[in-house]
Amino acid sequence: MPTKIHPALIGFTVLVFFFLVGPLVIVLGSALSDTTYLTFPPQGISLRWFQNIFEIDAFRRTILTSLQVAVISTFVALLIGIPASYAMSRYRIQLPGWLSTLFVLPVLVPELVLGFSLLKNLAFQFNAPIFLSLIIGHTILILPYVIRVISASLASFDFSIEEAAISLGSPPLKTFFTVLLPNVRSGVIAAFILAFITSVNDVSISIFLTGPGISTLPIQLLAHMEQFFDPTVASVSVLLMVLTVAVMAIVERTLGLTFLAK
Amino acid sequence: MKRFAGWTLASPATLLVLLGLVAPVAATIYTTFGTPGGPFAPYLAFFGSGFRRTVLLRTINVSLAVTAIALFVGFITAYVVSRAPGWLKSILIIAAVFPLLTGVVVRSFAWLIILGKNGILNSTLINLGLITEPFQMLYTQGSVIVAMVYLFVPLMVLTLVGVLEAIPDDLIQASASLGANSWATFTQVILPLAVPGLIVGAVLVFTGSFTSYATPQLLGGEQVMMMGTLMYQQAMVTFDWVSASTIAAIMVVITIAIVMAMNAAARRLNPMTV
Repeated sequence: MPTKIHPALIGFTVLVFFFLVGPLVIVLGSALSDTTYLTFPPQGISLRWFQNIFEIDAFRRTILTSLQVAVISTFVALLIGIPASYAMSRYRIQLPGWLSTLFVLPVLVPELVLGFSLLKNLAFQFNAPIFLSLIIGHTILILPYVIRVISASLASFDFSIEEAAISLGSPPLKTFFTVLLPNVRSGVIAAFILAFITSVNDVSISIFLTGPGISTLPIQLLAHMEQFFDPTVASVSVLLMVLTVAVMAIVERTLGLTFLAK
Repeated sequence: MKRFAGWTLASPATLLVLLGLVAPVAATIYTTFGTPGGPFAPYLAFFGSGFRRTVLLRTINVSLAVTAIALFVGFITAYVVSRAPGWLKSILIIAAVFPLLTGVVVRSFAWLIILGKNGILNSTLINLGLITEPFQMLYTQGSVIVAMVYLFVPLMVLTLVGVLEAIPDDLIQASASLGANSWATFTQVILPLAVPGLIVGAVLVFTGSFTSYATPQLLGGEQVMMMGTLMYQQAMVTFDWVSASTIAAIMVVITIAIVMAMNAAARRLNPMTV
């Protein structure tokens, strides 16, 4: 028998979800407006502001940069995060306890501080290219997500399967790809998606690491908003929401969305 | 050989965090102690400036307000979601995850459209005849708080749903059958069991608000400067890197102190650990 809930609480929750979804509907509506200024409800339906995104050079460039940074840093984070998670599950006794604390540090240290420190002590001090600094910053930002999600899937992995494969003569790398990786497949997909979306949306690190010719999409959006108040920003926002929906669909198909509520 | 297998595998990630995060952040903090004016000069300058003290206090106030509202709203919502039937629960969780995965710029921008001078709220109020002149809603502390609550409620809901789901229905019914009314059940059974989740949620929201940049920048502007926007301004507009580093150090110390204090509190207050 389910617990009865007071109708006032249900009414309150309905309002909260209205509050959560409403503003995003407003952004969608404004993006479709045929006017040169932002308005809601939209006056006339048009897709011209979507077309406008790709006519502005800065948007084209920053969309490309954002995707490049997200793909590269997600790939690097998986490449170094999967072995690290594996080591922490498989060789726990060899490794010191502070290692797991080290890997949550990127969550504890404010992103702004990391971004500023990379600018000051890497890009400026050592003349490191801005793009490289962006990749380093984003990789560090998303590493904790990768390690947490992969470690969670490794927690239910039976390492004796792996030992069986090795004792039957399978070389270590082959064992990794044919035995371990398929078993944590869903974790890798979840980690990839969380990492990718976190990187694409990042403001606080990237805001310090933009230079001549290099900027990311969210930073370009901020800059555009300071000068113009037209529906372009709304239509870029809708593009980002479409990306989010696509990502959620992938998560839903592979893992079920309740996975994210843990 | 096998003795070092763990280190070999963990070393790339370890090195990246040590060289890319620990070293640069430590260097940033270190420079604040080596200034010509003496070891604590930048901190004395920070706390000696009325404007900066105001910014720090405002940041704390806004973050506390956002945390309190998000706790209240998030807790009720998460409770209803946790007791919803399966299909409805999935839909509600999707409706909470979607804003969370949508970037902070997009979500703050939505509030620019709503709260602007010719925004939806003002034009609605004028059309209804409630006001004649548009209200100045943007660039006020209130607009920053509203947008941040919007930012963090999904996070709070998702943090709490898991905790509240773990409370069995039987426990709530047992409390009712033993004569407790729904208020007593709520305050004496559900709330104490949810405390660890509430603490985690509060820490996430407080530290997130305290160190935020995009939302105060867009909705607060120069008028409602917070620690994050002040730090950016010092670093990139006035190029006072010692001052920016000092703000960075203060943010790091406050964030880590809160997380450690809350961790200790969560361990002590968790009714499940004896």
